[in-house]
Amino acid sequence: MKFEDEPVPGYPLPILPGHVSPGRFERVLRASGFAVTAELAPPDSADPDEVYRRARVFDGYADAINATDGSGANCHMSSLSVCALLTHVGYAPVMQISCRDRNRIAIQGDILGSAAMGVCNILCITGDGVQAGDHPQARPVFDLDSVSLLEIARTLRDEHRFQSGRRISMAPRVLLGAAANPFAAPLDWRPLRLAKKIAAGAQFIQTQYCFDIPRLKLFMTAVEDLGLIDKAYLLVGVGPLRSAKAAEWMRAHVPGLHIPDSVIARLAGAQDQAREGRNLCVELIQEIRAIRGVHGVHVMAYRQEESVAEVIDRSQVLAGRVPWYPARDTVPLRDKALP
Amino acid sequence: MYRVRQWSVRHARGLNRIYGWLESAFVGLAPLWRAIGHRRLERPVAAVERTVKGILFDCRMCGQCVLSSTGMSCPMNCPKQLRNGPCGGVRENGHCEVIPTMKCVWVLAYEGSQRIPGGVEAMRDTQTAVDQRLQGSSSWLRVVREKTGVQA
Repeated sequence: MKFEDEPVPGYPLPILPGHVSPGRFERVLRASGFAVTAELAPPDSADPDEVYRRARVFDGYADAINATDGSGANCHMSSLSVCALLTHVGYAPVMQISCRDRNRIAIQGDILGSAAMGVCNILCITGDGVQAGDHPQARPVFDLDSVSLLEIARTLRDEHRFQSGRRISMAPRVLLGAAANPFAAPLDWRPLRLAKKIAAGAQFIQTQYCFDIPRLKLFMTAVEDLGLIDKAYLLVGVGPLRSAKAAEWMRAHVPGLHIPDSVIARLAGAQDQAREGRNLCVELIQEIRAIRGVHGVHVMAYRQEESVAEVIDRSQVLAGRVPWYPARDTVPLRDKALP
Repeated sequence: MYRVRQWSVRHARGLNRIYGWLESAFVGLAPLWRAIGHRRLERPVAAVERTVKGILFDCRMCGQCVLSSTGMSCPMNCPKQLRNGPCGGVRENGHCEVIPTMKCVWVLAYEGSQRIPGGVEAMRDTQTAVDQRLQGSSSWLRVVREKTGVQA
């Protein structure tokens, strides 16, 4: 999809009528195409080129790039700074904000600052507990939870004021998102939790990894019964598993991850386990795409980001569409007709 | 105590009813509390509240009690102090991501809320972010003030 009002990369697009942000991700979602987002693992480094290198592997395959905020409670480059680097060259990042490390004063400041630097999408999440990461001795903050964070972000955007009531002179024009885990206990309550997040301001939802289609379908049926279908753009989390052993490890160590035994057995029985993991991912994406109320996939391919292109290509969910990336619309010199 | 807390959730219906009666009685005595003065009452009432709710619910005295909207399972016992439902890290057996030996506060809340009439609907209310200044203060007296429009 090519926009007629495509700006110089790094400059904002005009805000279309009915849109809340000048972002290309919102445009893709509202154009009701099947969207693809990918998760970028922020580097353990102060080198900006590492961020760009990690973003480039998604070129042409992702409508937005999620910058995680200390995912798994591990220390990395901050999500705000990754986003600032990405918007600088025109990428559409989704800035993740976790409630674990900062209080409401810091978070509201970051929301304003990120919007000032061109961030158009914010994902409000609770965050993993500090026990899960490399600094278990740290103090967990949790001044807010994901729902109260959504409320505060929406107040900033729509009512032009901080939680304290103090007014701001220009509101952050951002699309607000939240996470959902349809696969964790208490299963019956998960759709209601989603309802709460949508009521608090979530406009798009990115879910935890899905390896269990029947469970996802049950969730989506309940979501439909609550009248929530199309109240928010729902992107289901997927990712290629590297091996049966890696899957076992993830199941034991990643909080809230549900991988059925059948998936692990399938990987263990394959000759090339990594390839089987990608095959499984492609199949899951195709099945997910057919479910009513799903608007895209969120690919989390931790430490095998280079496989995202293959997986998305083979699943054919983009249907020939090439998501924008910095060099997309510039014709290489050698292809230009000579005068 | 974890055991007592679990017992309280199992008896959420009865406790919620008793809680309702006591609350109306306490609010009914508002003129008396006003005559004595809320400021003078704050410390003794908070001490009683801390003891009673401490035994029954492992109360953390956040000062803005939401027990009847959370199936009589105190959300401040969640290691992340979530007040709007469970995080995505709940284990397959319904236990907490952070403290694996403890059942998730919100799994208990969901069980408890189903025992209270209107409990599941109450769980759907959005709880705004905690006011940290109220930590340690009596939420019983606060309810009286809110219901009667009296200032402290």
